[in-house]
Amino acid sequence: MLIERRWKKWVYFYIPLTLFLVGTLFPFYWMVITAIRPDSELYRSWRAVNNTPFWTLAPTLEHFRDLLAKTTFPYWLWNTFFIAIVSTAISLFCGLLAGYALARLKFPMAGMLGTSIFVTYLVPPTLLFIPLADIIRNFQLGNTPWALILTYPTFLIPFCTWLLMGYFKTIPKELEECARIDGATRFGAMIRIIFPIAVPGILSAGIFAFTLSWNEFIYALVFLSSPERKTVPVGVVSEMIRGDIYFWGQLMAGALLGSIPVALVYSFFVEYYVTGLTGSVKG
Amino acid sequence: MKKIIAGGSSNATGLQVALPRTHLQPRRSTRLLESEGLLAGLLLTPTVVLLGIFIAYPFVMGVWLSLSNTSVGNPGEFVGLRNFVKAWNDSIFQTAFWNTVYYTFFATILKLALGMWLALLLNRHFRGKRIVRASMLLPFIIPTVLSTFAWRWMFDPTFSVLNWLLYRVGFITTKIPFLSDGDYGMWCAIVVNTWRGMPFFAITLLAGLQTISTDLQEAASLDGANGWQRFWRVTWPLLKPVTLVVVVFSIIQTFSDFQLIYVLTGGGPANSTHLLATYAYQVGVATGLLGEGAAISLFMLPVLFIVVWVQLRYLRRLEAA
Repeated sequence: MLIERRWKKWVYFYIPLTLFLVGTLFPFYWMVITAIRPDSELYRSWRAVNNTPFWTLAPTLEHFRDLLAKTTFPYWLWNTFFIAIVSTAISLFCGLLAGYALARLKFPMAGMLGTSIFVTYLVPPTLLFIPLADIIRNFQLGNTPWALILTYPTFLIPFCTWLLMGYFKTIPKELEECARIDGATRFGAMIRIIFPIAVPGILSAGIFAFTLSWNEFIYALVFLSSPERKTVPVGVVSEMIRGDIYFWGQLMAGALLGSIPVALVYSFFVEYYVTGLTGSVKG
Repeated sequence: MKKIIAGGSSNATGLQVALPRTHLQPRRSTRLLESEGLLAGLLLTPTVVLLGIFIAYPFVMGVWLSLSNTSVGNPGEFVGLRNFVKAWNDSIFQTAFWNTVYYTFFATILKLALGMWLALLLNRHFRGKRIVRASMLLPFIIPTVLSTFAWRWMFDPTFSVLNWLLYRVGFITTKIPFLSDGDYGMWCAIVVNTWRGMPFFAITLLAGLQTISTDLQEAASLDGANGWQRFWRVTWPLLKPVTLVVVVFSIIQTFSDFQLIYVLTGGGPANSTHLLATYAYQVGVATGLLGEGAAISLFMLPVLFIVVWVQLRYLRRLEAA
């Protein structure tokens, strides 16, 4: 191994890493401290002598109580959850089948289809939201969860297909061939042999897709209009700012509660998430 | 795009032929699925149908909208390239366009530099590595809108904690107008974007770094290469392919960014921080001029196209070499 002097290790390693950590985590700390700070402390001039911005002397849950009682936040949380789960399930289903077909089967236009799916992967939602809004309106889907459940797969399926295709390619063909010699059909071998082996890949794709749909904003902003139908990000933006007035305590409480479910899912499956993330860019 | 739809429908007709036979001889159906082409068609149908309806069709529709004067409640008629010409001569559009280029350029450079640095730090062995790596990814997991609100609060004109900190340390005597000035606002957005996107760079580059054998580093070190030379001559060339892919993904996402600006500045003050996407939203959705909005968002297409083309070409060359 390369040998380093102690002061060098501090300068080149510990100090930069600590700075990175502080920079990364400070906004979250700030979210928490704002959410539990009483209003009287929150809006104190920045030059006031008794200003203690980095901690609070009288923590309170008042903002959380207001958030849950006075806004439709619980609905938003449920909507976001429901939409994320269903659109992830649809995308996994499509991605599994398509990924298997592209990885294993020989058929005309296979290459072209694979490339088209890759290209749709690179189409950003902001390019299409205006015509899509029109289409959603024509399909009478506006202001329903289905508007999002059906459109989220447009950016989730290409990703799931891509990731799972890569995963299927790593499974040796012989496994399938053995099953088929034993009399299994191609379809049966796919369902009973290949899919169970691919469970880690499916989990990675699922976790990643879930966080992506939890994070989605522009479609939800454009397609939903009544307050109780909204998702967390849209609800926080459009319902918690009245005119020019920001209720920062409530806002940060909402941001915190809205982040916790996805952070929890992430913390349980960090390794799968990282596999999904790094797999998402393997060309 | 047209061909995919054609492929989908030919699969459907193939199925219709298959169905009556299955009625008579159940065994036949399973044998038909042994045909790779037919099975592939069946497996790909859900994907092709969904992407056809919600990507290909909106795309065609978007092109049509951009060539028409459609607005909410008015079906509109063909007006040629008038929307594009109008946008091009519009001073707000020009600001938005250059902002988008500026924002993408600086945010991507910063994300790459900091992400690479962080990846190199995380590639070493130390205690608590897993938890450090997991918490570094948090900005990327937490919904952008929600974390951007925390930043917006930190940049608040009256109660900014950053101003307080800088004032206490003695760097400033008057407040920095973080979001109430266009130039500062743009840089605030770049900082937040970097904060959010850097972990993605760091983690993917780290995955790339872990595939590089440490033997190479040690060999270079024995030959007398210092840390910088080892990075520049050994690590960087091997990391180039991963880096290129990550940069392309990041450029696409940054160039088409919407939510960050929407929450942080809303395009203001005085339309000075709009990006193409936020301006398209303002014109197309908030004002209801669907045609003009669609034209503005289509201005993203050439840039995205070039970026994707460069990537595909580079990957091909890499495979050929």
